[in-house]
Amino acid sequence: MHARKPARDDNEISPPASVPEVPEGTRAVLDGNEINRALTRIAHEVLERTKGGQDVTLLGIPSRGVPLAERLARRIERVEDLDVPAGSLDITMYRDDLRLAPARALGRTEIPAGGLDDRVVVLVDDVLFSGRTVRAALDALGDLGRPRAVQLAVLVDRGHRELPIRADYVGKNLPTSLRESVTVQLEESDGLDAVLLGPSPAATLKEGTRPGSLQRSKDTEGDL
Amino acid sequence: MPENQGTHLIRGARPLGDDPVDLLFENGRITAIGPDLPAPDGAEVVDATGLIALPGLVDLHTHLREPGREDAETVASGSRAAAMGGYTAVHAMANTDPVADTAGVVEQVWRLGQEAGYCDVRPVGAVTVGLAGERLSEIGAMADSAARVRVFSDDGVCVSDALLMRRALEYVKAFDGVIAQHAQEPRLTEGAQMNEGRVSDRLGLPGWPAVAEEAIIARDCLLAQHVGSRLHVCHVSTKGSVDIIRWAKERGCDVTAEVTPHHLILTDDLAESYDPVYKVNPPLRTAEDVQALREGLADGTIDIVATDHAPHPVEAKETEWSTAAMGMIGLETALGVVHRTMVETGLLTWAQVAERMSAAPARIGRVGGHGRELAVGEPANIVLYDPAAPVEVDAAAMAGKSGNTPFRGMSLPGRIIATFLRGVPTVLEGKIK
Amino acid sequence: MRHLLSAGDLDRDEATLILDTAGELAQVGDRSVKKLPTLRGRTVVNLFYEDSTRTRTSFELAAKRLSADVINFSAKGSSVSKGESLKDTALTLQAMGADGVVIRHGASGAPHRLANWVDGSVLNAGDGTHEHPTQALLDAFTMRERLGRLEGLRVAVVGDILHSRVARSNVLLLTTLGAHVTLVAPPTLLPVSVHTWPCEVSYDLDEVLPESDVVMMLRVQAERMHDSFFPSVREYSRNYGLDGERLSRMPEEAIVMHPGPMVRGMEISAEVADSPRCTVTEQVANGVSLRMAVLYLLLGGS
Repeated sequence: MHARKPARDDNEISPPASVPEVPEGTRAVLDGNEINRALTRIAHEVLERTKGGQDVTLLGIPSRGVPLAERLARRIERVEDLDVPAGSLDITMYRDDLRLAPARALGRTEIPAGGLDDRVVVLVDDVLFSGRTVRAALDALGDLGRPRAVQLAVLVDRGHRELPIRADYVGKNLPTSLRESVTVQLEESDGLDAVLLGPSPAATLKEGTRPGSLQRSKDTEGDL
Repeated sequence: MPENQGTHLIRGARPLGDDPVDLLFENGRITAIGPDLPAPDGAEVVDATGLIALPGLVDLHTHLREPGREDAETVASGSRAAAMGGYTAVHAMANTDPVADTAGVVEQVWRLGQEAGYCDVRPVGAVTVGLAGERLSEIGAMADSAARVRVFSDDGVCVSDALLMRRALEYVKAFDGVIAQHAQEPRLTEGAQMNEGRVSDRLGLPGWPAVAEEAIIARDCLLAQHVGSRLHVCHVSTKGSVDIIRWAKERGCDVTAEVTPHHLILTDDLAESYDPVYKVNPPLRTAEDVQALREGLADGTIDIVATDHAPHPVEAKETEWSTAAMGMIGLETALGVVHRTMVETGLLTWAQVAERMSAAPARIGRVGGHGRELAVGEPANIVLYDPAAPVEVDAAAMAGKSGNTPFRGMSLPGRIIATFLRGVPTVLEGKIK
Repeated sequence: MRHLLSAGDLDRDEATLILDTAGELAQVGDRSVKKLPTLRGRTVVNLFYEDSTRTRTSFELAAKRLSADVINFSAKGSSVSKGESLKDTALTLQAMGADGVVIRHGASGAPHRLANWVDGSVLNAGDGTHEHPTQALLDAFTMRERLGRLEGLRVAVVGDILHSRVARSNVLLLTTLGAHVTLVAPPTLLPVSVHTWPCEVSYDLDEVLPESDVVMMLRVQAERMHDSFFPSVREYSRNYGLDGERLSRMPEEAIVMHPGPMVRGMEISAEVADSPRCTVTEQVANGVSLRMAVLYLLLGGS
């Protein structure tokens, strides 16, 4: 990811990072600077709410929660000169919708040395939507240790909760319709920072798109 | 089947694939051949436009399973299947239970064939008592019996003892018999499951090496020549066997050989499915072997096509490969497979097909009245075949009792329309009478 | 991926996904709660026609760590030993609602047959002399853990190749993953068509050892001697057994593997078996993670 920076800086005709190229029908609701400001604010809030952040462990939920957790850790370190342990917590094996799609590849789980017992774990994710990911993360945490408290930080809260879950730290509240999709792009994984709002891919497809039905239609094709 | 020596006039059939003529059958014989024959009063006229007329086929290698395994096939069901395949005579192999090693058993099988009436059933006698390979069975008594046995075979098992094989070859000379050898060196094939080679090695199935067949054939050819007797080699399956038989014939050995339809078209890679419908003895071999067998059959090194029709009940095949029974049915598909592999490829004419599926097997088995020319005065044993009626093989629609055909789902180029046994239709309009 | 019948069915991406997944799941064994809820409500049947406590236990533990319900259906003491056909057994398991069947069978291809008769996923846990794909996967996993890579790795597989399902699966899988395999055995214990396999063949262990990053010793049954595969245990052991002296001639980083059970004094000396360069116990531990990965990838999705 560091190799990418100079390459982009050298290329002067490319548009500035804050004006990402967006797919048709999609618009940027947060640019890189806004994301940076939001994370900085969340870092301060974490320090405030955890009384100096001494016991905080940040756990990013793959994939984009992980670089967000790392950025938060760096910001806390800058502000308070405090080395906050940051790791990742993959929730794939705890999902409640595994049977709706073919088995997925697992993300990394890296619990920082020292474990989670008696820590204030701040889960970090990019978008808070139904709340099911967070529910899975809470289940996973229960199998990994016994934190003193668990908090949740998200870059975007887009609403439409299906479970009694709320975030402790929110970068931006973004009212959306269910026909829209929210995409977070991060420099670490996507080359630039942006939050995009666009039509949901599911809404643009006329027919059912469950993976199983794809398989079936392929089989039928063979029979014809 | 009711005794009905009715008169039949076959209109427009092509004898051995030649120009269309009419054929008249009366009292079991061919009484006239020519263009536009007048139909005698009461004659049943069969429109055979476009159909090829061949002498009724003769199978030298059929397993009818009766007595003992009537759940797989009976003489009656097997001879119905034979008629549906265009056969007018079949040789019932001796590996029944009890084994056909006495005059009593062969006469029983012969009589069951007579009663069924779909084709002439010629029992094969066992060479050794109980197929055990230890001492000769009462070969002479079987030859003298009502069944007039002339072909002797321990098929399913090889007469591997060289001395016993020599004695058998010598003994049958007294009544012009022939020993039909299942060539399989037993020690080299212990536990063997399929052709030994690339596929067996990958599938982890114990191999049946080609040499186990070839070594026995070479030995038997030398023995037969030494004692001046007739040897017939069952189901030749390898290129090396073809070479050895060609060599033996060149040096004057009185050897004949057969190839099965399945060895003319199927290869060992079918075992990759582990579906035991492809498990057979001798096993399916490689594409190179298939090519050599076709060439051997074309040039006369291999004299005949024989089905090795081997019915098995469903449970003997719906199992793991290694516990499944060996064998596949073939009576009803033989002519279609030969058409596809030998005629469509230009390797054989229809006249040569008649030689290899009728005349030559009748000669080897010393079967009177079969495999004759299509000529006035000859017995009216005839099959009418439509070479332009592709048919998809349906295992469930077989006339025999078992459905273990490896050709299921495969398209064959033609179909049997009628079979006449001494002027009487056993099959008409593609249906058993 | 619906079934796992042969290591040859896996392409490089699929095989790598299994190894990567196993790598993640290996952590579960170190946690306070050694269990994941992933396969809750799913039923896995261990259908073992051959005694193999080691493999069965490994699969059982893997399935249980994923919270599946596990039924052990061993040939002994069940209707199987009373002559019930594989097909009828399959239909029984089907009726019980088995989502996955792990089958160990003495007949090559039995898992392929079973896959025709059940709707659930079939996992080949060793069939006759055909294949043992999860063993090959855990071997590859162990190599990658120890040596950091598979691409370009030189792996010698030594012993009774002819009768070995482990060898067949390893040749297929390791080749797919970019390793170079050399089979070492007396000619009698090599398949006739081995020259068509995607690997090297040698009759000389001493020649291959210094060139190997991994030496995988296979079990050799002394009974093979009676079928004249080799003249005597002593002669076999002298030519193809791995002892301390031979171990010392292997590259420094090279490891010794064995799928177990080992026959000490036959193909491997006690000194080598107990050496830190021998990965036998790691292989066993990795087997659980690897089988969890396979169970998850086969049964975890739709």
